[in-house]
Amino acid sequence: MNESNHSNTARIEASLKKRYARETRFRWYGRAAVMAGFVFLFVLLADIVIKGTPAFTQYFIEVDVHYDPDMLGVEMPASEEELYAAYYGGVIRDALLQMFPDVSSRSQRQELFGMISLGAEYELRDRVVNNPSLLGTRESVWLRAASEANSYLKGQVDTSLDEADRQVSDRQIEWLDRLRREGRTDARFNTLFFTAGDSREPELAGIKAALYGSFFTLAVTFVLAFPIGVFAAVYLEEFAARNRLTDLIEININNLAAVPSIVFGLLGLAVFINFFELPRSAPLVGGIVLALMTLPTVIITSRAAIQSVSPSIREAALGIGASKLQTVFHHVLPVAMPGILTGAIIGMAQALGESAPLLMIGMVAFIMDVPGGVTDPSTVLPVQIFLWADSPERGFTEKTSAAIMVLMGFLIMMNGVAIYLRRRFENK
Amino acid sequence: MEGMEKTNPAGIAAGGGESGPAPQAAAGQSNGATGMADETAFARQETVGEPYVDAPKISARNVDVYYDDTQAIIDVSLDIGRNEVVAMIGPSGCGKSTFLRTMNRMNDIIPICRVTGKISLDGKDIYDGDQDTVLLRARVGMVFQKPNPFPKSIYENVAYGPRIHGLARNKAEMDEIVEHSLRRAGLFTEVKDQLDKPGTGLSGGQQQRLCIARAIAVNPEVILMDEPCSALDPIATARIEELIDELKENYTIAIVTHSMQQAARVSQRTAYFHLGKLIEVGETKEVFTTPRHQLTENYITGRFG
Repeated sequence: MNESNHSNTARIEASLKKRYARETRFRWYGRAAVMAGFVFLFVLLADIVIKGTPAFTQYFIEVDVHYDPDMLGVEMPASEEELYAAYYGGVIRDALLQMFPDVSSRSQRQELFGMISLGAEYELRDRVVNNPSLLGTRESVWLRAASEANSYLKGQVDTSLDEADRQVSDRQIEWLDRLRREGRTDARFNTLFFTAGDSREPELAGIKAALYGSFFTLAVTFVLAFPIGVFAAVYLEEFAARNRLTDLIEININNLAAVPSIVFGLLGLAVFINFFELPRSAPLVGGIVLALMTLPTVIITSRAAIQSVSPSIREAALGIGASKLQTVFHHVLPVAMPGILTGAIIGMAQALGESAPLLMIGMVAFIMDVPGGVTDPSTVLPVQIFLWADSPERGFTEKTSAAIMVLMGFLIMMNGVAIYLRRRFENK
Repeated sequence: MEGMEKTNPAGIAAGGGESGPAPQAAAGQSNGATGMADETAFARQETVGEPYVDAPKISARNVDVYYDDTQAIIDVSLDIGRNEVVAMIGPSGCGKSTFLRTMNRMNDIIPICRVTGKISLDGKDIYDGDQDTVLLRARVGMVFQKPNPFPKSIYENVAYGPRIHGLARNKAEMDEIVEHSLRRAGLFTEVKDQLDKPGTGLSGGQQQRLCIARAIAVNPEVILMDEPCSALDPIATARIEELIDELKENYTIAIVTHSMQQAARVSQRTAYFHLGKLIEVGETKEVFTTPRHQLTENYITGRFG
């Protein structure tokens, strides 16, 4: 007896080293895997942040303008409509020519005027319309730089390149450098990025329309997918009889989760737009399509959450005479809620990042106006990113990354809300 | 212990089942009455003792319970008298819990479970088509093996039953029901300052008393207890047993227990179950001192189970 015990000890000891070595090795594999994932994530995020951050600053150029009624083409006591229709571009051009009197040729003038954004005219217009007493006076205003000038002032233009290979000409560089020396350039936070819709001009393009579009679309998705999904899960889990039919439904729900999202887009196009004639490009249709796509996720995760509720809680409730419905709604659902919410948020995050089905229903249109409701034409963040990434202008590159940052911010916010809600439900 | 190990192989040869062999072998070894009886002989056996009482609160007649094709309860007839505590004992898998759960139809939630025979509460068949299970479970409350308070406040745990049944007209009445129930369960003084704390934060014994308070808050006529102390330490167990003793003044109690000492301490009558059969019923004192059936004797003397 003793002898065999001793030999066992020796044998176990011999094998121990090997076992621990295997354990250590495994631990390092794990660390390596986590590190690799972390590095990829870091590179991706760093790339996006580095590329996107400049989009949040915008250079302005100080110009002394003279609101000359003759140049604007209005009579002195001008009505609001007249002020609205007046030609502010002339005022800006005039001011620029006064600052650089040696500019003479047509092409040089075009280069000079090209440094100021087209949007500057509208900013001047708004100033004068809001304060008509400015008419006839002079003032120095900060005007939005055009995309190329903005890009040069941010130091994004490689001046060692041949003039033909870059967007900013030698003369423009000279002028901009002079303006900078005179303190007539200023970098400011680009609020327009958050308050404007899309534009053909990179310096005027903003994310607000897409942000609102995403918000409305997701609102529709949530309002449809969450209650329908949860109630379907509750019914299937708690009330439905176990038979062939429920098995079939279950299999089909699982299959639905694997259907490529673009197919849902086609369905939306065929059914909601062509048959029911709902508005094209609208968050309403986008939301319904995404809700269909999200439903299987919500149902499957909700069922799992309901299943994991301990049967003892059901028994406790039934045991004191709660009806089936009371048991489910008073006890099972509140306990399952954190899990259900997690599923819903995963589904919503999926929906937020989805672009393919929305392309099918026309949410890829160029939308400048911020949508005011679920039936207004709009686009969503991922589609906006797609559109900007597709644009050739240098100015849109940074907008693309900035929009990705906004999208990720949106996602993090949603997850934050989910975590908060889970905590609240768990504490109850 | 040695003896048990030796009889087992013979039992396996005779019975073949997992829980089947031990009793038959044990019985066969010491008594010719049951002998090496086969299953049918065992199934035909009549219950020994006095299963019936005058004016019972609950009476079960010829109850069979099946899980799919497996019969878990075989022809059990038993009365539970008013304001008495009936203990049900027996080895694991003997069907005592299953039988207990037939009395408030908790088996209804198991789809494969089927009950035949007749169980009546105050003379009315509870398996009748027009018997409402919600009403039945309000009249026949239940305390489970594992303390299972709702993940809500202590107050809400107790108030839930009265609330769904509409037993309190206002907040003051509800407060009184909660306090009264917690007092009866001997928990009030311990928790009176933390009624809004979650019930799941209490100790095991406190949780089980909270479950008892929750059950009596509905003011049931019968309380079924399914091994209420199996998850508790001896001190908490003693506390619950005291409580059962007090409760029997007003309630009819049926308790399933694995502890024979507990059965002896708290019950007036004891029913011994074996392999789905009710073997012996009688006054607790008699069952434990002079068991009439060999299987009962084997069980209470610790030969098996």
